[in-house]
Amino acid sequence: MTVNEPVMAESEPVAVGREPLIVGFLCNWCSYAGADSAGTGRMVQPTNVRIIRVPCSGRVNPRFILRAFQRGADGVLVSGCHPNDCHYSTGNFFARRRLMVLKRYLEYLGIDPARFEAHWVSASEGQKWAEVVRSMSERVKALGPAPKFGSLV
Amino acid sequence: MKRVGVFLCWCGSNIAGTVDVGKVAEQVRRLPGVVYVEENKYTCSEPGQASLIKAVKERKLDRVVVASCSPRLHEPTFRRTVEAAGLNPYFFEMANVREHCSWVHPDKETATPKAFDIVRKAVAKALRLEALSRGSIAIEKKALVVGGGIAGIQAALDIADAGHKVILLEREPTIGGRMAQLDKTFPTLDCSSCILTPKMVDAAKHPNITLYSYSELEKVEGYIGNFTVTIRKKARGVDEILCTGCGMCQTKCPIKVSSEFDEGMGQRKAIYSPFPQAVPNKPVIDRVNCTFYKTGKCKICEKFCEAKAIRFDQEDTILEEKVGAIVMATGFDLFDVTRYGEYGYGLYPNVITSMQLERLINASGPTEGKIKKPSDHEIPKSVAFILCVGSRDEQKGTTYCSRACCMYSIKHAMQYRDKVKDGRAYVFYMDIRTPGKSYEEFYKRAAVDYGVEFIRGRPSKIYGRGGKLIVKAEDTLLGRPIEVEVEMVVLAPAMVSRHDAAKMAQTLSVSYDGYGFLTEAHPKLRPVETNTAGIFLAGACQGPKDIPDTVAQASAAGAKVIGLLSHDTMATEPMIARVNEALCSGCLWCKPICPYKAIDGKTIQEKIAGKLVSRQVAAVNSGLCHGCGACTVACRDGAMNLAGFTNDQMLAEVDELLGWYDRPARSAD
Repeated sequence: MTVNEPVMAESEPVAVGREPLIVGFLCNWCSYAGADSAGTGRMVQPTNVRIIRVPCSGRVNPRFILRAFQRGADGVLVSGCHPNDCHYSTGNFFARRRLMVLKRYLEYLGIDPARFEAHWVSASEGQKWAEVVRSMSERVKALGPAPKFGSLV
Repeated sequence: MKRVGVFLCWCGSNIAGTVDVGKVAEQVRRLPGVVYVEENKYTCSEPGQASLIKAVKERKLDRVVVASCSPRLHEPTFRRTVEAAGLNPYFFEMANVREHCSWVHPDKETATPKAFDIVRKAVAKALRLEALSRGSIAIEKKALVVGGGIAGIQAALDIADAGHKVILLEREPTIGGRMAQLDKTFPTLDCSSCILTPKMVDAAKHPNITLYSYSELEKVEGYIGNFTVTIRKKARGVDEILCTGCGMCQTKCPIKVSSEFDEGMGQRKAIYSPFPQAVPNKPVIDRVNCTFYKTGKCKICEKFCEAKAIRFDQEDTILEEKVGAIVMATGFDLFDVTRYGEYGYGLYPNVITSMQLERLINASGPTEGKIKKPSDHEIPKSVAFILCVGSRDEQKGTTYCSRACCMYSIKHAMQYRDKVKDGRAYVFYMDIRTPGKSYEEFYKRAAVDYGVEFIRGRPSKIYGRGGKLIVKAEDTLLGRPIEVEVEMVVLAPAMVSRHDAAKMAQTLSVSYDGYGFLTEAHPKLRPVETNTAGIFLAGACQGPKDIPDTVAQASAAGAKVIGLLSHDTMATEPMIARVNEALCSGCLWCKPICPYKAIDGKTIQEKIAGKLVSRQVAAVNSGLCHGCGACTVACRDGAMNLAGFTNDQMLAEVDELLGWYDRPARSAD
């Protein structure tokens, strides 16, 4: 299933030569705190990720992610508590299912699914968060700037 | 038009060191809606907050953005400041430019634009913030303390002394925990039992404390101030009211098994109390080893019980209790030293753990305080103490320092030298860590007055030769390999989390780290609180610690609980789900997704084309809703929204972040 080619052919990248921009939706209780731990531990990371705080990964409406891509995000990241560890007990299970479906939908829309990732980072895993930022940034850099969309939704 | 004020914090050099705050201020000033920008050295300080209040009043600001540290640290602080300035406390948004920017991006060139993006995003959200008001709920004036070790006992006593009811829960047959197993405590060498057992009795006798021993926490529901906990009271096989604790059943029981309390160094019966000073002093029947449960015959204990208290048919009972606060004091396990095959634990009987030695030294232990080799019950003429077995070892154990092992091993070496005057004690260490009051002096005394020999080096192998043990190591101070012949080896295992710590954490919805230790809300400023409001931490369930630290933390947790329970009601967070009834189609897809059963259908009446029509819509119970927002995504109509994190606000953040690149001046969709 190749995706990008036909749709993207005529569109131009949002900004060539700039650093890729990744939007991250982080749950307040685990991953946002994990990113805080990375900060407290002074774990140097690439500057590509912009964090939006949500109460729970279950709050992340797939439409937010689509909107990010529509507005030109080069990558989108969702991170929540590890399965079973959700502060609200079940939110990340719903998120997991929704986001798996979304990944397939992105493919259908002509967005490379590799531009979207979901992770589980706990409050104490600063190291892991730094690693997620590093690997995601590298991957998105390798993919190049996201193609521009007129309107998706 | 909203009037946003942006306060950019330098945080000393923490932010200003890697972010050009002046440049950010310049850019922020040009954002639509921003009417005031101010830089502060420390916005959270008293002058910083005063300046914020002054600006709000003088400039007639109606939305406030503070760009500083994590909202997890100072959001409550600034909400109070904003409230003090006369605004709704929810007209406040925080931009995290420290933890998420200046601390992780050392390059000013790249950190500065990112910091601006973070502030810009916060301003976009601030423009869409709505006034929210807190509700109020009653607080159940009772606390639950999980774990009856020294941490749990101390917390329970402190809370009970303040006049609140406490339930003290312990899964073993007796309270006392690890401290009850110890002989003496460092650095004062006072007897552990003498300082612990009176506290155990106090806890059991306290009019405000209800003690449930041999009971486990099954389920926790509810929230701060209003938890409903389900407790399983395991069947003792003994009627606790009738039993007088005479001990006749234990004397007569014919079955002997290895004693957990004595760490396998001694034996107990199938009906037993772990130790003579047990509280409550009522035995339990070990149903795995009891002959009656195996064969249906025996009942010797029943025959000799004068109080007629034996109940073979007793079953577990389930209790439900309402509490306002929970203290977790579940303690620790010891690292499984068999993972160090080269140390020969299990292979050589004279290689034992520190806790086993603790039982041997203990006057009420299986050898009545005589240090004897397990192999031949002779007094060992030389003992090697190996530190850091599982601690500070990324390869096989844990990365952290267990904090207490240096001190208790020094104590053991001193006690051994005290009891065996001609014996030699060697301590193999990597570093000796003595960070505590009178700890360093204790160490010095061991080396100088007691003649304990300290060897810096982690042994590579322990093997038997001619009935003795050879400890092979490198003396890293001399820089050469050494072999020391000893008669007994004592391994100091790492303190690790309880084997079921993760399951317990999930029962309570509190976070835990990779090692299973429960995570505090803030490592420095909120060390005894968890991220789940109303649940507090005491003792080694939060991380390895010694007795003084454990007791200090337990009292701190107790103080937090007392503070909470001293109020009759408490304010609730208004960031909860709400329904736009005009949009709601009443499908109730939101209902099953809610983990708190906070959503239900209700019937409303509407006038449509002049006719009165009743239809179903969703309704959120504000007392039950925790504000997770799962329902908002399930809603097909977009009728469900989450206050404080509305769809509009979230999308504004996304747009703002990305709008910069293609549309510098943007309008809200």
